[in-house]
Amino acid sequence: MMGIDPITLIVALITVSTPVLLAAIGELVVEKTGVLNLGVEGMMITGAVMGFVVAVNTGSPTLGFLAGMASGMALSLIFGVLTQLLLSNQVATGLALTLFGLGLSALLGVGYPGSTPPVVSDPFPAAMAEIPVIGPILFGHSLVIYLSVLLVAAVWYVLGYTKMGLIIRAVGENHDAAHALGYKVIRIRLMAIMFGGACAGLGGAFLSIVRVQNWVDGMTAGAGWIALALVVFASWKPWRALLGAYLFGGVTALQLRLQAAGIDIPVEILAMSPYVITIVVLVIMSSDKSRTALNAPAALGKVFHATG
Amino acid sequence: MLRLEKRPAPSRAWTAATPVLAVVLTMIAGGIMFALLGKNPFEAIRIIFWDPLFHESFAAYSRPQLLVKAGPLILIAIGLALGFRAGVWNIGAEGQYIMGAIAGASFGLAFYPSESPLIFPGMIIAGALGGWAWSMIPAILKTRFRTNEILVSLLLVYVAEKFLASAATGFLRNPEGHGFPGSRNLSRIESMNNPELISGTGMHWGIVAAFIAVITAYVLLNKHVLGYQIKLAGQAPRAARFAGVNPNRLIVLCLGMSGALAGLAGLFEVSGPAGQISIDFNVGYGFTAIIVAFLGRLHPIGILLAGLLMALTYIGGELAQLMLQIPAPAIQAFQGMLLFFLLAVDVLSTYRIRFKKEGVA
Amino acid sequence: MTGDPLLSINNITKAYPGVVANSDVSFQIQPGEVHALLGENGAGKSTLVKMIYGLVRPDSGSMTFRGEAYAPPEPRVARSTGVAMVFQHFSLFEALNVAENIALGMENPPPQRDLAKRIREVSEAYGLPLDPDRLVGDLSAGERQRVEIIRCLLQDPKLLIMDEPTSVLTPQEVEILFHTLRKLAAEGTSILYISHKLEEIRALCDEATILRLGKVVGNCTPRDTSAAEMAELMVGKSLATPARDNAELGEVILKVAGLSVEPSNPFGTPLRHVGIELRAGEVLGIGGVAGNGQDELLAALSGEVTTPPGTITLNKTPIGDKGPNERREMGILCAPEERLGHAAAPDMSLVENALLTARQRKNLADSGFVNWGATRAYAEKVIADFDVRTPGPDNVARSLSGGNLQKFVIGREILQDPTVLVVNQPTWGVDASAAADIRQAILDLAQKGAGVIVISQDLDELLEVSDNFAALNEGRLSNVRTTRDLTMETIGLMLGGAHDMHDLDEEAIHAEA
Repeated sequence: MMGIDPITLIVALITVSTPVLLAAIGELVVEKTGVLNLGVEGMMITGAVMGFVVAVNTGSPTLGFLAGMASGMALSLIFGVLTQLLLSNQVATGLALTLFGLGLSALLGVGYPGSTPPVVSDPFPAAMAEIPVIGPILFGHSLVIYLSVLLVAAVWYVLGYTKMGLIIRAVGENHDAAHALGYKVIRIRLMAIMFGGACAGLGGAFLSIVRVQNWVDGMTAGAGWIALALVVFASWKPWRALLGAYLFGGVTALQLRLQAAGIDIPVEILAMSPYVITIVVLVIMSSDKSRTALNAPAALGKVFHATG
Repeated sequence: MLRLEKRPAPSRAWTAATPVLAVVLTMIAGGIMFALLGKNPFEAIRIIFWDPLFHESFAAYSRPQLLVKAGPLILIAIGLALGFRAGVWNIGAEGQYIMGAIAGASFGLAFYPSESPLIFPGMIIAGALGGWAWSMIPAILKTRFRTNEILVSLLLVYVAEKFLASAATGFLRNPEGHGFPGSRNLSRIESMNNPELISGTGMHWGIVAAFIAVITAYVLLNKHVLGYQIKLAGQAPRAARFAGVNPNRLIVLCLGMSGALAGLAGLFEVSGPAGQISIDFNVGYGFTAIIVAFLGRLHPIGILLAGLLMALTYIGGELAQLMLQIPAPAIQAFQGMLLFFLLAVDVLSTYRIRFKKEGVA
Repeated sequence: MTGDPLLSINNITKAYPGVVANSDVSFQIQPGEVHALLGENGAGKSTLVKMIYGLVRPDSGSMTFRGEAYAPPEPRVARSTGVAMVFQHFSLFEALNVAENIALGMENPPPQRDLAKRIREVSEAYGLPLDPDRLVGDLSAGERQRVEIIRCLLQDPKLLIMDEPTSVLTPQEVEILFHTLRKLAAEGTSILYISHKLEEIRALCDEATILRLGKVVGNCTPRDTSAAEMAELMVGKSLATPARDNAELGEVILKVAGLSVEPSNPFGTPLRHVGIELRAGEVLGIGGVAGNGQDELLAALSGEVTTPPGTITLNKTPIGDKGPNERREMGILCAPEERLGHAAAPDMSLVENALLTARQRKNLADSGFVNWGATRAYAEKVIADFDVRTPGPDNVARSLSGGNLQKFVIGREILQDPTVLVVNQPTWGVDASAAADIRQAILDLAQKGAGVIVISQDLDELLEVSDNFAALNEGRLSNVRTTRDLTMETIGLMLGGAHDMHDLDEEAIHAEA
């Protein structure tokens, strides 16, 4: 394909993937504890607007990222209280969170479209990013991107190799048994839900501050839902979530470049492609009965109410 | 200490009272939100809930709008509620609504400038089929490959939106529109128009369809075996299988019904109030209908009332925007809040709350 | 060893809304003693042990453990004090392996490798071999129980609580378990053994406390007390043993041949070449430990799972490909094991639950429209004829006690005059008097000429009601034998998988060697 430089494409796909990756890794932990939070989109977009507003007003992207995390966490706490303490239906509550988040973010962002966020400096010196080929790919990113990969590694290690991870998996597998053994099911789930909210909020803030560098109503455009799909694609394994996010990012970055290159495919068809490909991948993953069934947390989406 | 205690049976009184309680709580929380925006909360609430119906100068315009807005909400919510009752989560009604409108409009415009009286009925069928076909994608993927219908139906909304853009700027664009995006105005073409049936009421065929849907759903759920099977499958899937319910058939049926109803809503909208296929044709009825379905307790009569209430917040929201400069998204947040409060107080119908001192050990 | 008791329970009371689970309960457990807690379902045994284990707090009363006040706020404290518990419904995680499951029940688990080694050591020492790396989901019920027991033993408990441990074991596995428990008791560990099986308690326990309706109604030394005396204390009255006149068996009405079914979930059991011939008037008992294909067999017979037409025939008509409702019309009715959620919808009224299976045979719907009047009348008839205790047919299924709901479920099927009735675990979790009623109803139905298949883990029940007996093991069904010729040992071998042998007893000798 002429006019598309593979190196800039790779750099772009990493940036494009990161918001979705952050949201997906958070949701992965939430689902591992047996909770399905469909409000990722709402938390992401609220994180995006709050992060953007704070970054623009303070001039500090770091404060922006923190504000994004805090707002995502605050929203997730509403979900947590409703589903864990008031025992509401997780599907309905997650949807409510998304609808509320979309409205709230539009409200908070009134007057901000077109503002310029502060520039985010890269952690590595510019000279390193100028090394041919590997320079831009390995050293040309903002700190959050490195953080996101570290986060994947941390979640992988904690889930697989620590007592805390074992408890998380146990709670998601059979909450009644975990309760019988004396584990605080609700507390563990609330913590996970808040972790998921912080991740989604950070993803949103990264989207508005770094990737788009602007605030637009509804700018997540389904990224939260794609994050949810990625968790299924990854069959609840952190590294596969990374792989999935980068694949998705690749498709998105590629179609954007094809649009720009004016290739002979209607723009709308190109714009549909990330969603269509996500659906296709979901179908492929879910048609494999045995594997997904073994990895999916058995208590996913079920209401826990300790009797006695 | 607060403790929740499961009731032996859901409380009927609370089931009816919780939506009212949720509305009251939302008014309070919404009032706080409006106060934070620097507006007088009492005035704002009055403008949203009272003025559209009773204000001397606005009511004449906004009363008919109530039915115009409630019609599609009710029509879509009825279909969604049937699915939600069965545990089939179609949350992509927005996409089915778009596809129904495109299919119906395409059918009509294909015969332009024919004036045959069969065109509008044909458009209705095409609209329903368009929504139905779009909902069959998650249905087939769910039954064939066990793919999660929530994610597929939702992702298809974005696909439908791109398709809508393509229709408005491409194959349905008005050839006499001087290159502007958007189709011919169907409401100005006699054979494709969905007119106001009784002047000054806002009543059009879509609202008639909504009322028929309410009655049909009521009969279905209370008197018919299929309605019983829908409820059974939602409450106890294993028992439903034991009772001979084929889960795949039910998934196809529920998604199909909700898709067709959403498609119909889209068709009636495009041929009436909206008038044409345009890039911003969809305004979120498909999502708001989810709130309507829950607020109405997934019960047809409840949905009728909830649809009217939600329509009121739309109209009141526009009025508040006009009179108090309350930003439009505030209303969307307000509607989302309503669903939160409803879910929160819902606990009262299935659980009893006990205040108890820390147990003496 | 007598003297200071290990655990002393003093005047414990615990009430839930509508029920007093425990009222003024007191008893003591000595070090090294195997103490039985005996009572029917609903007598308050579970609540009591949950309080000892720290899952529930008593409303009033106190406990002392080794002379010190004991009031565990959570299981962690109970475990660190030296109390361990093996649950009836195992607190295990299917998707995790044995070592992970055990680590979850320990306060400070060692690293996985050391833990695996200790699991092997302890499990060998107590005669309960276990592979730490296997997924629990792949284990049999007996092996799962071992996981629970090893988890407890690794904590060096002073008191081991066992809640109905033998309900999932074959007679041979019960022997192994008793051997382990006696060894533990000899080493000084006290055991609180909860059961309603009298012969087991007589074989194992030193002391017994009997609960009825939340109150202590007696104490005894099981070895010196007859089963009948204990039964009367437990139930409060003597119950008639279900009986029927000896009947001639008729023609074969239901024939199953070469029935193989793949499981629907990854931890399910496949059925392999199951063959059954059921005659009119026959009660065929199918025994087996949980998880050996009982659910799958019921699903295949009810039509929830369909198979090639010829694998199941009713009166020579192939029906393997027919769904549940078509089979109901032809006369095959079923009552699954899981009452709430399978046999009945928990949040639906009894009227709605009557419609669940009786629509076809009782004509409760006309061209798709439900006749609610007739449905209500049928629900009321079931309630009246089967003595279902409920304020009325509008109450939801989950508001009924286990025994009453089971009477409703069985009654709903029997009153439809089935040609063949298949029941899975008809008296699981049901109080003794309801269980006796249900068994009698099954015998009465067979007496009238219907064929009945009773799938159960309760061997005493099967010996009581069935004419013929077969065992289900890992999805395979043994040859059918006449019940009255069977000994417990033979049954145990059949359950353990030693079937399709020409001479089981001879095989038994080989197995012993």
